[in-house]
Amino acid sequence: MVRLLLVLLFAAGLSAVAPGVASAQSEEQLLGTLQTSLSGPIEGVEIVVTTPDGDEVETVETDENGRWTVELPGPGQYVVTLDAEQLPEGVGLSGADTRTITVDEGRRQGVLFSLTDGSRGGGGGVRAIQLFVDGLRFGLLIAMAAVGLSLIFGTTGLTNFAHGELVTAGALVAWFVNVGGGVPLVAAAVIAMIVGAGIGALNEVGLWRPLRRRGTGLIAALVVSIGLSLLLRYLFQIIYGGASEAYADFRGQRAVDYGLFRMTNADLASIVISLGVLLLVAVMLQRTKIGKAMRAVADNRDLAASSGINVNQVILFVWMMGGALAALGGVLLGLSDEVQWDMGFRLLLLMFAGVTLGGLGTAYGALVGSIVVGVFVQMSTLVIPNDVKYVGGLLLLIVILIIRPQGILGSRARVG
Amino acid sequence: MGELLDALAIALKAGLGFQAVLFALLAVGINIQFGYTGLLNFGQIAFALFGGFGIAVSVSQWGLNFWVGVVIGLLAAVLLALLLGLPTLRLRADYLAIATIATAEGLRLLFRSVSATPVTGGTRGLAGFNRDFIALAPWETARRYSILGATWSGGELWVAFVGWLLVALACLLVWSLVRSPWGRVVKSIREDEDAVRALGKNVYAYKIQALVLGGIFGALGGMIYAVGTGSAIPDQYQNANTFLAYAALILGGAARVLGPVVGAAILLFLIQFADTGLRTLISNGIIPEGLLSSTDVAQIRFVLVGLGLMLLLIFRPQGIFGDRREVMLDAR
Repeated sequence: MVRLLLVLLFAAGLSAVAPGVASAQSEEQLLGTLQTSLSGPIEGVEIVVTTPDGDEVETVETDENGRWTVELPGPGQYVVTLDAEQLPEGVGLSGADTRTITVDEGRRQGVLFSLTDGSRGGGGGVRAIQLFVDGLRFGLLIAMAAVGLSLIFGTTGLTNFAHGELVTAGALVAWFVNVGGGVPLVAAAVIAMIVGAGIGALNEVGLWRPLRRRGTGLIAALVVSIGLSLLLRYLFQIIYGGASEAYADFRGQRAVDYGLFRMTNADLASIVISLGVLLLVAVMLQRTKIGKAMRAVADNRDLAASSGINVNQVILFVWMMGGALAALGGVLLGLSDEVQWDMGFRLLLLMFAGVTLGGLGTAYGALVGSIVVGVFVQMSTLVIPNDVKYVGGLLLLIVILIIRPQGILGSRARVG
Repeated sequence: MGELLDALAIALKAGLGFQAVLFALLAVGINIQFGYTGLLNFGQIAFALFGGFGIAVSVSQWGLNFWVGVVIGLLAAVLLALLLGLPTLRLRADYLAIATIATAEGLRLLFRSVSATPVTGGTRGLAGFNRDFIALAPWETARRYSILGATWSGGELWVAFVGWLLVALACLLVWSLVRSPWGRVVKSIREDEDAVRALGKNVYAYKIQALVLGGIFGALGGMIYAVGTGSAIPDQYQNANTFLAYAALILGGAARVLGPVVGAAILLFLIQFADTGLRTLISNGIIPEGLLSSTDVAQIRFVLVGLGLMLLLIFRPQGIFGDRREVMLDAR
């Protein structure tokens, strides 16, 4: 089975990469990007744009990023033709080599050619392994974001619906530092984690600690967190816009062949980083004083307080750690799926699925549950279409609630 | 001054139009579930989705009668409530919250997906299913009428009229229900579930009844909205709408019969007034474009709703009409 790889292009995305250029050209444009996951961006392919009558408007070649742009004389219908002869070895067209596009006034219209590079061409077994590896990467990423969610629930009882916004915040900070400030992504990710920890601390000190002191009920706090989530999410959309963007230097990554599966170096790095960070978190929870204190507070807050643990300090630390981990999760999610204003909210529901599966309130439960959810969501595309794969994850959540509401590692007493 | 009056007139229309009916009915439903019974249904918009698409799919795709579509929409909502409630209502409140929000988002994704396009019309949705309903209007629907400074089409007026009639009936039903023994039981479930159980009441059954009843009102709201806009598009049923309805309920006062209705009208009035006002200020140059562009205004409303929801719950959880003792909810 040959899987088709669509050549993706983001007209809106491009406009924000080069804001100066975008605002200067309000006229109609056609643009696109040629790339496949195996070959990376494809350079030097001729694209011819003509009017429906056959008069040539312009002929361009794709640049080193696989991109091409044609300025149009005005709105109307245009025919875009790609020279299939010039595609590199192994890459072929899976559809027609021409597209007829209608461009509205003032629009920058994207053009899509579907290419096939023969990747993932093996039998179903190989595709399953590929999806398993993808799912593992995704699950580790969910786990990283979800550890904080679960520990915050464990230590304060708060079901924090605004946790997804911590993820988005991390991705956005890294994007602004990386693309806007020209800082390498690794450094940008570290900055994002520091900012994430700061946002977490601000959450606790500025909002939740005063609310606990006022004696606000848990349900009221939950609705407050929803208000906070709405507030932040749409604020992000105002600041960042509705576009979906990649980090600098990570557009059109080339996949490396590992025999049974392929993945880009960015994906491999994502797996290594999340594994390393999660191991560090586990060691910290198990060996250090603060880690033990965290588990103690999550287990029984009053008992922990009476045995001399400064509960508020532990909770503050949980928030900072949760914020930093969520921010890193956001950066990694932005690396694989591009940065979007509502990426965190979409991840939040899978985080809930993972945390519930593992057992609400436990740190290790969040780890195990999230990995299972990630793998399940990716593997489910073997059977169901790609665009409904999140639905599968949410369905899993409901099934868990029916069968084992306390989760894999949770205790019965918490379910109530 | 003229601009201010215009903005007021447009906002008044929003507060009385069929969008306000949608949120009023969503909030009346949530009031039964959250206000009286203490259930956290965060997927109320999914019931509206089923209501709207119940009509849209039945009429546009299956060629059925409009009223059959209404019945199908209501049945779908009841089924959804049962599916959600049966597994989760035995558990603590936040499990229902997580399950419902996940279902609402999942259903929207499913309805807009490529595989569902033959039935739901995918991202473009369905249209052209409201003719039979609009034709029932006793007045000319093609004409435009000027009421309180804003122009309404005859169709809009008819949908809003029927909508508010439904809201009135819903309020009457809620009013009589909460005065009945049933109402006393659900209110005691909200206060102390274990005590009710000790009195021999089947708490689980009462909770499911409340969930189903609230879901039916949600579906009716979705129907009015779909008929009013003349189209059913999955992305109209965004999750944030559930929380707009929560904001309306808490603003008006939870556990009050008229709280959600007044809240919805006021909330939509305020949102529309802020929206028009901000746009006017931007186009007059009073707010510089660099600070806030007119395309950002649509997002500002959600920012304001989020902020309002937080402030209300922290400083005035009883809203305008509520009783503070009745809304001091806690997890159970």
